[in-house]
Amino acid sequence: MGIDANAQASNAQQTTPIRLTGAEIVWATLVGEGVTQVFGYPGGAILPVYDALRNFPNIHHTLVRHEQGASHAADGYARASGKVGVCIATSGPGATNLVTGIATAMLDSIPMVCITGNVSSKVLGTDAFQEVDITGITIPVTKHNFLITHTEDIAPAIRYAFQIAKSARPGPVLVDITKDAQQGSAIFDFEAAKPRPVRVHPMRKFDEHSLAEAAELIRNAKRPVLLAGHGIIESGAEEQVRTLAERTQIPVALTLLGLGAFPASHPLNLGMMGMHGESWVNQAIQNADLLIACGMRFDDRVTGTLATYAPGAKKIHIDVDPAEINKNIEVDIPLIGDLREILDQLLPRIPSHDGAAWLKTINDSKGASAVRDIKNLPDSGHLYAAHVINDIWRITSGNAIVVTDVGQHQMWEAQYYHHEQPRTLITSGGLGTMGFALPAAIGAKTACPDKEVWVIAGDGGFQMTSAELCTIAQEKIKINIAIINNGFLGMVRQWQEFFYDRNYEATPLLSPDFVKLAAAHGIPGCAVHTRAEVESAVEQARSAPGAFLLNFMVEQEDSVYPMIPVGNALHEMIRRPGKSPLVQSPEDE
Amino acid sequence: MLHTFVAYVEDRPGVLTRVASLFRRLNINISSLTVGRSERAAFSRMTIVCEASAEAGHRIRASLYKLENVVDVDDIAQAPSVTRELALIKVAATPHSRSQIFELVEVFRARIVDLASESLTIEMTGVESKIEGLIQVLGESDGRILEICRSGKMTMRRGHHTSRVVKAMVETAASQPEAEEQAAETLEEGAGEFE
Repeated sequence: MGIDANAQASNAQQTTPIRLTGAEIVWATLVGEGVTQVFGYPGGAILPVYDALRNFPNIHHTLVRHEQGASHAADGYARASGKVGVCIATSGPGATNLVTGIATAMLDSIPMVCITGNVSSKVLGTDAFQEVDITGITIPVTKHNFLITHTEDIAPAIRYAFQIAKSARPGPVLVDITKDAQQGSAIFDFEAAKPRPVRVHPMRKFDEHSLAEAAELIRNAKRPVLLAGHGIIESGAEEQVRTLAERTQIPVALTLLGLGAFPASHPLNLGMMGMHGESWVNQAIQNADLLIACGMRFDDRVTGTLATYAPGAKKIHIDVDPAEINKNIEVDIPLIGDLREILDQLLPRIPSHDGAAWLKTINDSKGASAVRDIKNLPDSGHLYAAHVINDIWRITSGNAIVVTDVGQHQMWEAQYYHHEQPRTLITSGGLGTMGFALPAAIGAKTACPDKEVWVIAGDGGFQMTSAELCTIAQEKIKINIAIINNGFLGMVRQWQEFFYDRNYEATPLLSPDFVKLAAAHGIPGCAVHTRAEVESAVEQARSAPGAFLLNFMVEQEDSVYPMIPVGNALHEMIRRPGKSPLVQSPEDE
Repeated sequence: MLHTFVAYVEDRPGVLTRVASLFRRLNINISSLTVGRSERAAFSRMTIVCEASAEAGHRIRASLYKLENVVDVDDIAQAPSVTRELALIKVAATPHSRSQIFELVEVFRARIVDLASESLTIEMTGVESKIEGLIQVLGESDGRILEICRSGKMTMRRGHHTSRVVKAMVETAASQPEAEEQAAETLEEGAGEFE
């Protein structure tokens, strides 16, 4: 598409070099990188950039209410779409308000580019108004960052930032642009601004020998388990994993961020493993003779105490990041590279296998847990979060994109909303950031406007970023909001109950009337007190033309089970106690 | 255990702080870090000595490579190498006590680089143990040592191997991306020989 070099910069991709202001170059480069959506909040140091936006009508800017919301929205957008999320903020407090969201994206390996304005390069380092060393502050929480003081460096830096964000193990990249760089002018040449080809990590390694060894281990295993993580979704290797599991009849355990990478209803799916995983999953891992770890990093929530993790199992570890190999767990065969590529090369060497005996052993162990599963128990008039979430799952046919906050409700969602597809559970796993849900859902719905999007948040987390209700109202975004309201910081209260002698210090939490709060934003809603009301409330929310808030007043002192206390082995879990009015079996401890 | 890494990094502002920040984030203590120009125009050479478990070497090297400005990381480990550091030591010395110090300096093959009526300054280059030795001997008299300035360690493998790194980097610059892989293999081979 040829553009008249004399024409004003427009939303079309520039193919002929043209002189633009730095601010225009920012948008022109984003357009070139395929960006159609950014989340941001203006300010003095980024004002030139905002002023230039009107020349780029194909980019939509969503104004949030706090820059943390912008960073979480860009994150949720990236998780739902697979594209690089983009957020924009001003200098000083605007930039520092992004840091939590950037760290959230870093720990979950989400591709994101954050653009911040800074004071003029002439006053950098003088404690000028709203000046902060954001590149210094974000070094530990970004893959890389840039401080741009010259207009001609803007396009190459942004293009390089996109490359870094997307390549190998994805992550956030920050580009800080001084005001004078935004105001200057330079020749913009999108093609010339292309970065060098990605350097493959020198320690990337999977060769004939390792593949052959891995295939041999898989062939000879009697009790194998496939550990499925987020890397499967990032690499797009869902089909390969499914083929491997089905051909070899190997059961699949998932990390929190891996949920959806393998269909929940698949007979080989064991569900989530780890601290709040079901007992049969964790026991299978502890008794396994082979673990095939795909795109997961043996996080402490997943392994329990390392010394006694899967003692009898050989381990194959397939991951794109060499720094994760042998970090927590010593593995026998590392295969370092792109997961999909490696599985494509591994699969031809793997013959079919009959896994019936091992699968039967695992299935037989499920019975004991079903008795304790709250899903199967009558509620005796109480409203339980697990029931609410399971009902939402049933009513939405498991097809919604669910964005959770952090805490007990997050774990119940993982246990009771069964995800069949990748990119349908959006949750902060590595950093565990409260307040993530509402803004991230804005990002997710913006990325997938035709999908049903639910927020499931606790009363604590929701309050942290509830101001974003106004973003939803202003943008007229249809999101169904379910607040699991138990009057406590639930997960902390649970730990206080189990480990701190029920000393509920600073955990009882007063919340505003969330229905009234939503109404103040023009968003309808209702409170739900009993199980009988759940279905019609959920249907009411779904059929409302716009956003709708449901305030579920749930049982206050309910806990997530099973739970593996820190320091315990993966099979040493706390089970739902027999004293609970819900449990009927006399065998319970 | 002490690990020694030689890293080639882009010679630009901020690289030092990124490397230091990485070690901070990994919770690994840097006991010595030197950086200076190298044989390649746009690249500096760092020698980093740090305290970490025996198994941590792989992780440190892998993490350093994840920094955009780092182009090569060599884990010296137990390979034959030459390590040196520089020390400047100012000692109190009157015309009366000077000659004894001259003798010590002679024994340690150090040099006197400054001489004043009340003090003199010794320059010594060598391995850590020799420098520690000189300092210990000078310190035998109370109040004799006035100032010590030490540089931290520099390391170089013995033999021709560093030039192999340069060769790989030259190939990389000449033609990507096949040369990238070839360079990576070359580096891997080089590293493999000394494990």
